[in-house]
Amino acid sequence: MILELATVEKIAHLARLGITPAEAADYAGKLGHIFELVDQMNRVDTQSVEPLAHPLEMTQRLRPDQVTESDQRDRFQAIAPLCEAGLYLVPRVIE
Amino acid sequence: MTAVMTGEWCCQGLPALANGLSRRAFSSVELTQYFLDRIERHNFSLNAFITVTPERALDQARAADQRLARGETGPLLGIPMAHKDIFCTQGVLTSCGSRMLSHFVAPYQATVVERLERAGAVMLGKTNMDEFAMGSSNETSYYGPVRNPWDRERVPGGSSGGSAAAVAAGLAVAATATDTGGSIRQPAALCGLTGLKPTYGRVSRYGMIAFASSLDQGGPLARSAEDAALLLQIMAGFDPRDSTSVDQPVPDYRAGFDQALTGLRLGLPEEFFGDGLDPRVAASIEVAVDELKRLGARICPLSLPNTGLAVPTYYVLAPAECSSNLARFDGVRFGHRCDQPADLLDLYRRSRSEGFGSEVKRRIMIGTYVLSTGYYDAYYLKAQRLRRLIAEDFRRAFESVDVILGPTSPTPAFRLGERTADPVTMYLSDIYTIAVNLAGVPALSMPVALADGLPVGLQMIGNYFDEARLLQVAHRLQQATDWHRQAPAGFGMGRGDLR
Repeated sequence: MILELATVEKIAHLARLGITPAEAADYAGKLGHIFELVDQMNRVDTQSVEPLAHPLEMTQRLRPDQVTESDQRDRFQAIAPLCEAGLYLVPRVIE
Repeated sequence: MTAVMTGEWCCQGLPALANGLSRRAFSSVELTQYFLDRIERHNFSLNAFITVTPERALDQARAADQRLARGETGPLLGIPMAHKDIFCTQGVLTSCGSRMLSHFVAPYQATVVERLERAGAVMLGKTNMDEFAMGSSNETSYYGPVRNPWDRERVPGGSSGGSAAAVAAGLAVAATATDTGGSIRQPAALCGLTGLKPTYGRVSRYGMIAFASSLDQGGPLARSAEDAALLLQIMAGFDPRDSTSVDQPVPDYRAGFDQALTGLRLGLPEEFFGDGLDPRVAASIEVAVDELKRLGARICPLSLPNTGLAVPTYYVLAPAECSSNLARFDGVRFGHRCDQPADLLDLYRRSRSEGFGSEVKRRIMIGTYVLSTGYYDAYYLKAQRLRRLIAEDFRRAFESVDVILGPTSPTPAFRLGERTADPVTMYLSDIYTIAVNLAGVPALSMPVALADGLPVGLQMIGNYFDEARLLQVAHRLQQATDWHRQAPAGFGMGRGDLR
């Protein structure tokens, strides 16, 4: 199984990954091979089986709606690639 | 007990070292310096560490010595260990083996690290790993592959390959590791160590960089079941900062160490001994099973009929969770950012393409595909249904047996480069370990043989929260055998190959 190049390009766009044409061809082959493996799932009929999302099937714990964290903006922004005046800088989005 | 000699420190278990420290036979500073010297001497040939933190280590060792001087004792107080570079360590590079985080100095501490440091453990440094823990050979690391101390042309396993190589070569007493599909157990098997993946939810994931959140679990890599038990004792426990952490008391993991295995019911699933299993591994497991029978255990036939579906199921669920978790790396808040982005989309695309390596990108692509419109039911939902069948196999099995036994890895350590060309071949390396993560049960790997000079691992799978039983069985087997005392040649670990 080989994925179509258009499909590979679409997935790359959804995943926000830039890929070259050479990489796209490589993905088409390798991902196709992986999906052959994955398609072995279809050997079993699972119509009547409930999906299992979490191994322990526990209900999510709730906590009181109280502030527990202090403001650490400066500390976290110290590791950001580009910041100014407490704001994260990105290329212009709105003209 | 005779005093522990300096030359033997790299071969000693936690109780002997803790005993020496508490009797003041040697100091934590001396012990720490000794391991730092060993790292200095041997790390270049293994590439087990991404970062070594000598100053921090010696500071922590001095602090431990002060606590010891005040009469405090503890199994980890003053013990030098290493952390997998997936655990956030405040003020220290936490790269996760990726270019994406190659400048990421963690602003906070992982709960596991915090707990171990509170117990007085000394951090020697951060160990190499497959990028974002995605790999079975440690060859996907941005920092280069790790080499197996038993044969440097071979892989140490992955993704916790650096932790495994460091402990196996005596560069640290023990190390932390994580396991999403086998990443503690398979490197333990390939490097001759005892490694335990606890029950999902037993060890906090706070500050442990996420790969697949419903599968990831931290655990210890050590030289013996006893050391692993002492480490888990500290690592395990409820953490309100991890919403999947389980609020259940932590038992004494060594409580059963003195009890015989009489009457223990061991299950050998037929599916673990079929095609694809190296005959040398099969023979080694057989010998270990005979030894366990001699120790009083009873063997029960068993079937885990959905075992063959675990790898396909995993390669839908794990990439789906990975693509979602790794969406946070956008070049904006932290991590790698490309130069001079033309616009926001270009910033995202180039930062991610430059920051991630090929295996990580491949998994993000798979995950994005299986979660995309029109494919969700056929892949993601289908895989979740199979996950239930796989988990039910284990639930049913544990109605009639106490522990499930089998190989950890189908083969001993393979050669560097041997499985990198085809991802599927690499994925099948984890055929015996993956179902355990899907079910969420605990499992341990321990060395039970050498095949042509390479360690072979026995895997023991337990029921939910039954880590103590796994550790007991492993400990009893280690009391009767000495495979866990074997050490690779060339690292000054004692006479011949024996520790």
